[in-house]
Amino acid sequence: MSYWKANLLILSIILSIWFLVSFGFGIIWSESLDALSIGGFKLGFWFAQQGSIYVFVILIFVYVILMNRLDKKFNSKDKD
Amino acid sequence: MNAQLLTFIFVGISFSLYIGIAIWSRAKSTSDFYIADKGVNPIANGMATAADWMSAASFISMAGIISFLGKDGSVYLMGWTGGYVLLALLLAPYLRKFGQYTVPDFIGTRYYSDAARLVAVLCLIFISFTYIAGQMRGVGIVFSRFLEVDIDLGVVIGMAIVFFYAVLGGMKGITYTQVAQYCVLIFAYLVPAIFISILITNNPIPQLGFGGQVSGSSVYLLDKLDQLNIELGFNEYTSNTKSNIDVFFITAALMFGTAGLPHVIVRFFTVPRVSDARKSAGYALIFIALLYTTAPAVSAFARVNFIESVQEVEYEDAPGWFKNWEQIGLIAWKDKNEDGKINYSAGEALEGVKPKFSNSIGVYGEREVTNEPNLQNSNEIYIDRDIMVLANPEIAKLPNWVIALVAAGALAAALSTAAGLLLVISASISHDLMKKTLMPNISEKQELLFARIAAAVAIIVAGLFGIYPPGFVAQVVAFAFGLAASTIFPVLFLGIFYKRLNKEGAIAGMLSGLIVTAGYIIFFKFINPELNSSENWLFGISPEGFGFFGMFINFGVALFVSFIFKAPPKRVYELIDEIRKP
Repeated sequence: MSYWKANLLILSIILSIWFLVSFGFGIIWSESLDALSIGGFKLGFWFAQQGSIYVFVILIFVYVILMNRLDKKFNSKDKD
Repeated sequence: MNAQLLTFIFVGISFSLYIGIAIWSRAKSTSDFYIADKGVNPIANGMATAADWMSAASFISMAGIISFLGKDGSVYLMGWTGGYVLLALLLAPYLRKFGQYTVPDFIGTRYYSDAARLVAVLCLIFISFTYIAGQMRGVGIVFSRFLEVDIDLGVVIGMAIVFFYAVLGGMKGITYTQVAQYCVLIFAYLVPAIFISILITNNPIPQLGFGGQVSGSSVYLLDKLDQLNIELGFNEYTSNTKSNIDVFFITAALMFGTAGLPHVIVRFFTVPRVSDARKSAGYALIFIALLYTTAPAVSAFARVNFIESVQEVEYEDAPGWFKNWEQIGLIAWKDKNEDGKINYSAGEALEGVKPKFSNSIGVYGEREVTNEPNLQNSNEIYIDRDIMVLANPEIAKLPNWVIALVAAGALAAALSTAAGLLLVISASISHDLMKKTLMPNISEKQELLFARIAAAVAIIVAGLFGIYPPGFVAQVVAFAFGLAASTIFPVLFLGIFYKRLNKEGAIAGMLSGLIVTAGYIIFFKFINPELNSSENWLFGISPEGFGFFGMFINFGVALFVSFIFKAPPKRVYELIDEIRKP
């Protein structure tokens, strides 16, 4: 697989999760998820105001790690 | 010591810190001035980006808005953080690889066209000024409330500080000042939140406390809030009132809009390597998330505290903060049922919404308003949403130094964003307009001089916005995001991911996105504001969310027009290949 194809694959996986937690859990299915709760939070509300943001942070770091690994594999000279 | 004296001390110390940093790191070349000579450490750049990103809107207004909107307010939380993910994944690394100074630089080179560059410059300047107007209002509120200086003088002081370090230091000065400003603003945001979380829920972590039980009882805070809201005639705090499609579109418009905000994109041009751009995006989101996950907790605490401290209280016994904010006109009370008590419930208290104060004093010592009471409901309070975060420590009766700290933090948030925006404006004028379009023969020294003059002029214009705030600030915010989503984001995205897009497609796309989005917003916000309700909206999408629709128009038109005209020249293909390489 070429560097660019691998890059696009990583992007599409990460952005699918990005879409799922924010637009999916936080908006579209939010009301149904509200039937469940963690602590005092209804689950849909938690995703809309807390959970999606935590997942975003994790996603960027996963992206950083995967891309650094990919760069190494293609032995790039990461210069200016 | 009283809060005002402490505020003077805290603000004074933080301002001298910023100036000191600016002198230490002043710019010597255009590269220094525009992109800090690409020498910024990723963690420092992450902090600077976070300070740049988090404006007076994030620090002062957001938690207050969520406090009143409940779950509907989630659009800001998801929109402004989720947009950051898009920026970090789809744009930042490639634009860094491209390695120029500004966003119009990329658009002009990629679409081999000065016309495209010019359209981009105009959009950027419009977006940036819209944004700065909001920052200046924040500075004005803080100065007038906490330092009791005139709002105008407050704005002038704020402008003088920014002038000093933006004009002198350029990107380098701004970056290191923003690192300090991030530390000030996050500390100022977290300290009261932690205090209040302990007071209300006995849990020192606000993110957890807000899902916890109210201390001394087994009732969950959010359940209590739902119940309070319903008793007063509002909707449940934890449920949406807007339709799902509208929430979806607003969130998306904010996300794609923020991903197209020039002052944040340009931050990624300042790090040494492409891998550093990715890493610094990660750090920045951690720093941003710290505030963004605390904000909804602050909203919930503030809501409970606010209702409990004013509801059914005799005006004469009303807490000090209530009367202080009334003095500067951001709270008003009209005793509709003439019982001398404050009644808070759903609905606007006054006809015409905003209070107009007469010079006389009412029966109980309140400032008299000349508005007719709105008799559709029994609510007697007008309250400006922007005051919730600033008033929060006072409402919770926290010590005076916390109040002073919040004032310094709010100023840090407003000034850091204003400085970043000023730099974008000055760079688009000196670099994109003068050097690349109008006067290509100027030397680097002259260009630097133009950059400084442009920054100075921009500061004066921004200051005027603060002193004579246009009444339409709130309306134009929808504009800034909508336009960024429907003009800037698509051309940047397609420019990297779709080689075949030619200049005709890009320009047609930008213009159609601009016309559709601006037309819709102008129609509902300025021409026919009385029609601005969900039954008249196209597919139920409010003007705030329409930028996302405009984005698809832009994509569609750009692709269609691209096929009619001939493919871009070979050097553009080579440029994109180069950008995509590791």
